[in-house]
Amino acid sequence: MKKYIYYVAILALGFASCEPELENPVDENFYTSGTADFSNYVAVGNSLTAGYADGALYITGQNNSYPSIMAQQFSLVGGGDFNQPLMDDNLGGLKLGGSQIAENRFVLSVDANGNPGPARLAGDPATDISNVLTGSFNNMGVPGAKSFHLVAPGYGNVAGVPTGQANPYFVRIASEPNATVIGDAIAQSPTFFSLWIGNNDILSYATSGGVGVDQTGNLDPTTYGSNDITDPNVFASVYQSQVDLLTGTGAQGALINIADVTSIPFFTTVPFAPLSPANPSFGPLIPTLNATYAQLNGAFAFLGVPERSISFATDAASAVVVLDESLANISTQLTQVLIGGGLDAPTATIFGLQYGQARQATASDLLLLTSSGAIGQLNQGRLDQLLAFGVPAETAAQLSVNGVTWPMEDQWVLTPTEQASVSAAQASYNATIQALAGINDLAYVDVRAVLQQVAGGGVPFDGGVVTSTFVTGGGFSLDGVHPSPRGYALTTNVIIDAINTKYGSTVPNVNIGEYGTVTISNDVN
Amino acid sequence: MKKVLSVLVLLLVCAVTYAGGYRVSLQGQRSLAMGHTGVAVVNNAEIAFFNPAGLVYLENKWNIAGGVSGVFADVNYQNTEFGQSAQTDSPTGTPFYFYASYAVSKNISVGLAAYTPYGSSVEYDQDWAGSHLVNNIELAAIYIQPLISVKLSEVFSFGGGPIYVSGSVNFNRNLNRTLTDIDGNRSNVTLDASGVNAWGWSAGIMFNPTKDLHFGMNYRARIDVNVEGGDATFSNVPNSPLAPVANGRVDFDATLPLPAEWTVGMSYELGDKWTFAFDYNLAVWSAYKSLDIDFAPEDVPDSVNPRNYDDASTYRFGAQYVLNDKITLRGGYYFDESPVQEGFFAPETPRNDSHGFTGGLSFNVNSKLSIDASFLYLQFDEVEASYDGYQENGQAVPFSGTYKSSAFIPGLGVSYKM
Repeated sequence: MKKYIYYVAILALGFASCEPELENPVDENFYTSGTADFSNYVAVGNSLTAGYADGALYITGQNNSYPSIMAQQFSLVGGGDFNQPLMDDNLGGLKLGGSQIAENRFVLSVDANGNPGPARLAGDPATDISNVLTGSFNNMGVPGAKSFHLVAPGYGNVAGVPTGQANPYFVRIASEPNATVIGDAIAQSPTFFSLWIGNNDILSYATSGGVGVDQTGNLDPTTYGSNDITDPNVFASVYQSQVDLLTGTGAQGALINIADVTSIPFFTTVPFAPLSPANPSFGPLIPTLNATYAQLNGAFAFLGVPERSISFATDAASAVVVLDESLANISTQLTQVLIGGGLDAPTATIFGLQYGQARQATASDLLLLTSSGAIGQLNQGRLDQLLAFGVPAETAAQLSVNGVTWPMEDQWVLTPTEQASVSAAQASYNATIQALAGINDLAYVDVRAVLQQVAGGGVPFDGGVVTSTFVTGGGFSLDGVHPSPRGYALTTNVIIDAINTKYGSTVPNVNIGEYGTVTISNDVN
Repeated sequence: MKKVLSVLVLLLVCAVTYAGGYRVSLQGQRSLAMGHTGVAVVNNAEIAFFNPAGLVYLENKWNIAGGVSGVFADVNYQNTEFGQSAQTDSPTGTPFYFYASYAVSKNISVGLAAYTPYGSSVEYDQDWAGSHLVNNIELAAIYIQPLISVKLSEVFSFGGGPIYVSGSVNFNRNLNRTLTDIDGNRSNVTLDASGVNAWGWSAGIMFNPTKDLHFGMNYRARIDVNVEGGDATFSNVPNSPLAPVANGRVDFDATLPLPAEWTVGMSYELGDKWTFAFDYNLAVWSAYKSLDIDFAPEDVPDSVNPRNYDDASTYRFGAQYVLNDKITLRGGYYFDESPVQEGFFAPETPRNDSHGFTGGLSFNVNSKLSIDASFLYLQFDEVEASYDGYQENGQAVPFSGTYKSSAFIPGLGVSYKM
């Protein structure tokens, strides 16, 4: 009997030791879903929802998309499977019928001189959009989509891709060619959704330097160009219909607002005054340039626009010369005044045309990330023009230097007037989003405020501070527009916090220090 | 016996694994069953490990003991701030021992001992939350020791011998928290070294003021296992001059101390049936300051991993009861103080203070041969802990969370005397 008890004791101890049990395991009802039901989460939006980064959509980016990270955290509070339309590789390029229609992603590579910078990853992409995926996808983020695209039938019709009427990313996942993004989303009967749309309604205008049109007042989006600003009423109308459809099945969700363009490195990296006198191809020319501009400045003063004067400092970096379409075009008067001042007519004509809407940039101008490769370079188009006018080659070349003699074209600069168009539309969109969140009792996520913080002092985490500084700040990917995995993780936390506040849930944040920043590789073209 | 075996088989069904500090106190089934006491217990050849001075008091000319334990242990980790959790899935550790002694004369015995006092085998899921500290580690050290034991009188003896160590280590971890190749595979390094040799010694004295009362003291010297020219293999590192290293194999040097251990203790025999024993161990873990890995190429950054262990005490109690001429029963308890200090709780040896509950029995097959069985249940309290020695860009990045460990260790051995 004694022995029997002894063996039983051994057995009991043995089984007790099989698994060390934590008192409150995180995977067993440690967190609560509050009044929300996360069992079927569907994310609707654009590139930011898809996990687009580094100028492309690729698998690891998709795995670090905010919906993917959220779904991982939702799994602790009853969240189910989260299917994403994963690309075929980590190159990110797209093909249609064998020919490439979207470039591969950027990686940070080191050039022959040892300088790191973004470059396109080399390789033949495997993703061909004519291979339409079957099944439904919890991540309905469609890169490039504007608000009104989500409700547009045919946006996933491959026939419309070459003409820009359809979106190659939606072609891959649309349930049928005539499907709408929002329709395919609600067909999944989500219990919980997130909607982040409207960014491209201003961003494509901004990233094109404002070459598009502010369509405020035009209520017909079918007449819009791809770089136009969407009319706020059009936005409000389609956004409301999307919210109505998503909540129509009783789903709860989160509406995410639109961040400032000034929060993203695409607009904040290139300084307005990048022209250094220490630059050997610029510094020595300063006296000559200033002598030439002196005549022009005299004419500006005579015409009552002395603020347009141009001069370069010899002891500090100078602002580039830009073309500002919002300025009154004084080409004709300028030419006349210059002739009156003794300049020969052909030169005066060229000057008049070249500087009729020119001025030097100020701190209020945003030079686009893409302008960094153009500033100080010879503008071939202008050079060819001048040569065609019969201008001697040397003079033509002198007059064709981007930002020095040839004003930076519209596509490189977002001027204060253009910024005002963007902000006005953005403010209206955000008012709509916030109002609809209130009316429909949904979580409202102020991502704008957090990105302002990232772009300001930065957001601290356990391994440092995440900022919006290009490449090194950690918040943004190499396209300068889309977040890095760390930036997406930070976004996820902001959304989770808003959801927890709204629904009384306790979904945990993620540790953004465990998410990477830019990808390094020298496997580039 | 059959029942014991069936219990052991049942236990093997549990998918439990081994973790814990790298001192593994399993150097004899009889001693282990008595709380791993033994510095003053003259019982069988296990005394070769616990106190070689006692070998000369063994009654028979030949004494042999050997055995093996199965270490089933688990570590559960979680971080409630981020909802992360992990559980080790480690291979079963099988520490063993073999001791033999031969009485050359009435006053001199010689012996040979082989045992595995240090080892560790911890395996987390690859790329778990603490993968920048460890993915998996397998550490083993075999001690081989010739011994001599000299009796000055029935009251006093001494003994000792040199120790030859053969060690091996295999360790994998990710290079940091975020670096991956282009396909998102985490960059990692595997350190591998085997057949690493080192020398040390141990010696003890025994004092028997009466026939029933014994005192013992034993010292085992610190042995530094110096890995020279081990294999470090870097994998999944992106192809970039900006990466800290390149893929491939380089040499590394590292030193792992196997710390010195002092033991003092006593035993008392009450009548013919009862024996009581007490041991106190002091492991001089303060020798383990930092695990520094020096990669041979100058451009590969070395890895410095502060450990700052403290000396640690263990208090052991054991009792033995001779039930009849076939069966002897044993039980014991010990309190094992962790050498790990606050802020240095590394998941490769997630060890906090533990309580060891032991039991076992011997079955005398005949007058010469007996089978010794033991079990050890190590109970750890749930602990909130962090490791603060990891840095990114010169900034300490603590890895913290809640740990809960447990270990169940059955063992089987034989004793032979003639």
